[in-house]
Amino acid sequence: MTEAPVLVHAQPTAAAIRPLLKVEKLSVEFGPKASPIRVVNGVSFEVDAGGSVGIVGESGSGKSITSLAVMGLIPSPPGRIVEGRVEFEGTNLLELQKSRLPDIRGRDIAMIFQEPMSSLNPVMTIGDQIGEAIKLHEKMSREQRRERIVELLKLVGIPNPEGRLGAYPHQFSGGMRQRVMIAMAVACNPKLLIADEPTTALDVTIQAQVLELMHKVRRTLNTSILLISHDLGVIADVCERVVVMYAGRVVEEADVKSIFRTPSHPYTRGLLQSIPRLNDERTRLYQIPGSVPLAGTVKKGCPFVARCPDRIGRCAEEMPPMFAVSKSQRAACWVTAGAAAAASLGINEGATA
Amino acid sequence: MINERITPQAGKAASKQIDKQIGDDFITVEGLGKTFSENRMFGSSGSAVRAVDGASFTVRRGETLALVGESGCGKSTLGRLLLRLIEASEGEVTVDGTKLMELSTGDMRNMRAKMQMIFQDPYGSLSPRRSISQIISEPLEVFGMVQSSRQRRERVAELLSQVGLSPTFMDRYPRQFSGGQRQRIGIARAISVNPQFIVADEPVSALDVSVQAQIVNLMQDLQQSRGFSYLFIAHDLSVVRHIADRVAVMYLGRIVEIGPKARIYNAPSHPYTQALLSAVPEPDPETRRARIILKGDVPNPANVPKGCSFHTRCPIAQDICRVERPKLAETEQEHLAACHFAKPMPIPVA
Repeated sequence: MTEAPVLVHAQPTAAAIRPLLKVEKLSVEFGPKASPIRVVNGVSFEVDAGGSVGIVGESGSGKSITSLAVMGLIPSPPGRIVEGRVEFEGTNLLELQKSRLPDIRGRDIAMIFQEPMSSLNPVMTIGDQIGEAIKLHEKMSREQRRERIVELLKLVGIPNPEGRLGAYPHQFSGGMRQRVMIAMAVACNPKLLIADEPTTALDVTIQAQVLELMHKVRRTLNTSILLISHDLGVIADVCERVVVMYAGRVVEEADVKSIFRTPSHPYTRGLLQSIPRLNDERTRLYQIPGSVPLAGTVKKGCPFVARCPDRIGRCAEEMPPMFAVSKSQRAACWVTAGAAAAASLGINEGATA
Repeated sequence: MINERITPQAGKAASKQIDKQIGDDFITVEGLGKTFSENRMFGSSGSAVRAVDGASFTVRRGETLALVGESGCGKSTLGRLLLRLIEASEGEVTVDGTKLMELSTGDMRNMRAKMQMIFQDPYGSLSPRRSISQIISEPLEVFGMVQSSRQRRERVAELLSQVGLSPTFMDRYPRQFSGGQRQRIGIARAISVNPQFIVADEPVSALDVSVQAQIVNLMQDLQQSRGFSYLFIAHDLSVVRHIADRVAVMYLGRIVEIGPKARIYNAPSHPYTQALLSAVPEPDPETRRARIILKGDVPNPANVPKGCSFHTRCPIAQDICRVERPKLAETEQEHLAACHFAKPMPIPVA
């Protein structure tokens, strides 16, 4: 590696293009204030206009809470955002008046969830539910709205859309419901679509259809996508950049190719090695020893230290900041940082938790 | 939550190869079927769902037969039929020469010492009010395999260490364990009576990737040391590739393809198997396989299409497929597919 490692917040060349979404040092706590449990800890990442970013992590990594925090949907109490910024087109959503948030949510930022059935209203027709999203944010006549709904249902591949306007969610299969959810989400041409495990509840052939649809939405509407998933296959399919989370923290962030070709955090490497692959003849899988620490139990040091094959003395004591591995790849690991260039690194402001 | 002991070797086990001894047929299934009739309100008779239809296959000693398919295809029902946890509507299961359907309830119970089950949900399948030792030793007591409480505790301690848990966990309760640890407890319970056959119903699909690898490896190690057979029910074709010797693919209650693992993955012959394999997203941004995107959804199992039940979604369906149901026929030795136009086709990685 010829390039000298740069500290994260130095921001090399990206200053020219302002990101659509910029999350900075976001921390979320749950439980009583006296003994809070921190489930998201200093998370920072960006989504460029038209870009697609994936957040990958196992249960308890804080990936879903991060996406809910961006939408202002953390149930409070018991949850609260204790620090950080969520900037959307330059506006900090966390400081925005409560009354203005619904304007942005649904129109500029839309979200789809894992469970399409529990996110749809069972006693409202599909047409009315999609229409409601449009009515809230856009002025249209009833006729125009109807046309728009049909157009949306067509976009998401619901056969015979005119005939299905009056249907109820229970009359649709899981995959069809997820299509309806996507139609609702993109009804107002959002700039950002947050998808939290959108295909996890679906069968693999239906998942393939929904992934195809997400590509289509991105192509036709130029919507940016923030995809939350535990499935590295889905992430590789949809995303250009990947954020890897572990125990509430971002441990690695890079372009999708680097994540899969040259993973630089030991957790990312372990995760990639442990996934079973279709084209792999091995009979034994690599296993990361131990299990994910419970939220809030890591008091100091790197949260991965107990399971890490490469750990050094410093790891148990001090949380590593994000070090740049290359222009487009950063990892929070002392060993990786040391390997990149041991000498010239200082401690930056994010170094201690 | 209890942290597992971390051994430095645990991560290095990957290179170890497995040699298995696969023997003669242990279980023979012939024409097994199950019809659930749906009881409607107000006494009118509802439609009947053929959850499993005419399943015939064998499981050999020491072998892992994987049963794959999407939700509602009948794979879990078939697994339960094999253990007579659900009574079959027709067909026969022969285990080690004994015809299961002819056994009385009492004899069947004794038979279950040979046949155990591992469940999907590590949270729902362990009673929250019983200690780990009570959970694991229950089958031992049912079958009278332990005489004293000292013997019981010794046996539980031994089983816990075999599944990679500390024997000191014996007196704790399920809530104190993580999902992966609970699945280990479920495995300890299943192997406690030294079964010869285990039905594992989606044993790793509720687990995180890193834990999934641990459980898959553990299941393979136990099979190797004890020589039992698995019926491994799963929807995840990538996991199956790592654990199975042979694979059976189900669609709408029927086995549409069955064969040795290498054949199913390298030369899938049924268009449904081909579509399933092609739909798996590859964890690699630079190899995207040409996806066969199936039209629509799986039809309602209460109203299975006539002819070949896959014809409504099949990319190569012809007229004959709409009228005549194809039989499961051999395409090559031990590799069978139920398709009029069965043709081995490797899934290209584009």
